[in-house]
Amino acid sequence: MSGSSIEQFNIQGSNDLTWNVMPLLHQIKHALQNLLENNVSEIIDLRSIPLAPGEEDRLLEILGEGEVSAQLNALGLSDVTETQYTGVWLVTHHNDENEIISRHIEITYIPEILLSQKEDISLAYDRLAISLDEK
Amino acid sequence: MIDNKNLKDKTLGDALRSQGISRRSFLKFCAATASMMALPPSMIPAIAEALEKAKKPSVIWLSFQECTGCTESLTRAHTATIENLIFDSISLDYHHTLQAASGEAAEEARTEAMKENWGEYLLVVDGSIPTKDMGYSTIAGMSNLDMFLETAAGAAAIISVGTCAAFGGIPHAYPNPTGAYSVYDIIKKYGDQKVDGVTSATITNASNGRVSDKPIITVPGCPPIPVVITGVLTHYLTFGSIPELDHLGRPKAFYGSSIHDRCYRRPFYDKGLFAETFDDEGAKKGWCLYKLGCKGPTTYNACATTKWNNGTSFPIESGHPCLGCSEPDFWDGGGFYKALSIPTIDIASASIYAAAGAAAAGVAIGALNKKKKQSAISDHSKTTIDDLEKQ
Repeated sequence: MSGSSIEQFNIQGSNDLTWNVMPLLHQIKHALQNLLENNVSEIIDLRSIPLAPGEEDRLLEILGEGEVSAQLNALGLSDVTETQYTGVWLVTHHNDENEIISRHIEITYIPEILLSQKEDISLAYDRLAISLDEK
Repeated sequence: MIDNKNLKDKTLGDALRSQGISRRSFLKFCAATASMMALPPSMIPAIAEALEKAKKPSVIWLSFQECTGCTESLTRAHTATIENLIFDSISLDYHHTLQAASGEAAEEARTEAMKENWGEYLLVVDGSIPTKDMGYSTIAGMSNLDMFLETAAGAAAIISVGTCAAFGGIPHAYPNPTGAYSVYDIIKKYGDQKVDGVTSATITNASNGRVSDKPIITVPGCPPIPVVITGVLTHYLTFGSIPELDHLGRPKAFYGSSIHDRCYRRPFYDKGLFAETFDDEGAKKGWCLYKLGCKGPTTYNACATTKWNNGTSFPIESGHPCLGCSEPDFWDGGGFYKALSIPTIDIASASIYAAAGAAAAGVAIGALNKKKKQSAISDHSKTTIDDLEKQ
């Protein structure tokens, strides 16, 4: 297949927003409104949507990048990025072979995965206490 | 050192903590698990709570008339870390291909697992079961039928993995020389007969061993999508119950929509834009493959959303029609490159007049597709080189 054929095959190759991109953007807009008015967060699993070639890239391109970008190292890397639309986050989980295992758009103040967890804080306290006792 | 009993009684939460896995990692695991089980992300907290308390179930995997493609698919699941965690969370006590033991030691592992977990273990089957001559397929001198009935008697549930176990698959295709049956049909035929052999000799309470009472989950596909296999296992591990099933015993979370309804090329179908050959302009522009034999309209599976090879694509995205491999008798369903039915009306024009009647038109075309498929099965039509060289 020639390069031009591949280009034609990319449904979102043009600037027109078709099929899933526009409805998803509207869903995100409604979720932002719900977050503002009712303090309710929403998560959209991009894997559950039948995206055409190019649609996910186009969606992410439109959402862009904002002020916050974080990387976790927990069972493989995870990238957490706030998009240019504050409150709209892109959370991408990778496995230890750096393959994407899930990709969510979270409409929230801060994704839960970024927060320190109480169980981990408790273990950290114990570890530090033991370490200080040893000294 | 922790003894086996304690190890068996440990919850998944205990197991993960003992491996030094943080709560944050556990939440990531739950997010990926929800995605894998096709559950909405809002279920993540419930999954986390359930997985914390989940116990390690015993799994016995029996392979009969099969090609090992289902096991290949499973072991190449791309979410390596997550799969490892899940497999650390189940006790895979018997699997011909994966276990280290062989011969009598292997068979002993099966009977021991049955004895220790009677009534509680999961039985996974891949491959169909021959009934014409028991000698067609035996394991350790035991016919597939006897081994299946004996093992099924003590199972909590049976999972038929792959189209061969689910519907008979290729061994069951015309002329079915081995008299191959699916797990469901075997249970219908033999499920009420008394089970002799190891079961009655080693299990003291065999009263609950009626095979016909066992819930069956079918996970068809040739092979099934890896994360669909693990998704079903994970559902049982997480919630201790079987997922909601359709009329063929398939989990609705993965088999609830047709390939056609979830296909990104569906809008082309609705506009009447079809590829007529594999190298015409329509094919290059990614138009609908219906006229090239796509079985998407009559096939229920998760390929269009879950996709294959680390979410890279699925057959239609690669330019090939769906073969319908997760449906009964797909092998006898007519040529792979023969259209189910060619609409005799211009769909695009018709939709102008009958937007409200679109659902009815869809039903009518669907019925025509099914009729064509049934007719092809009864005629046993074959794919010829002419099909491949369509004009």
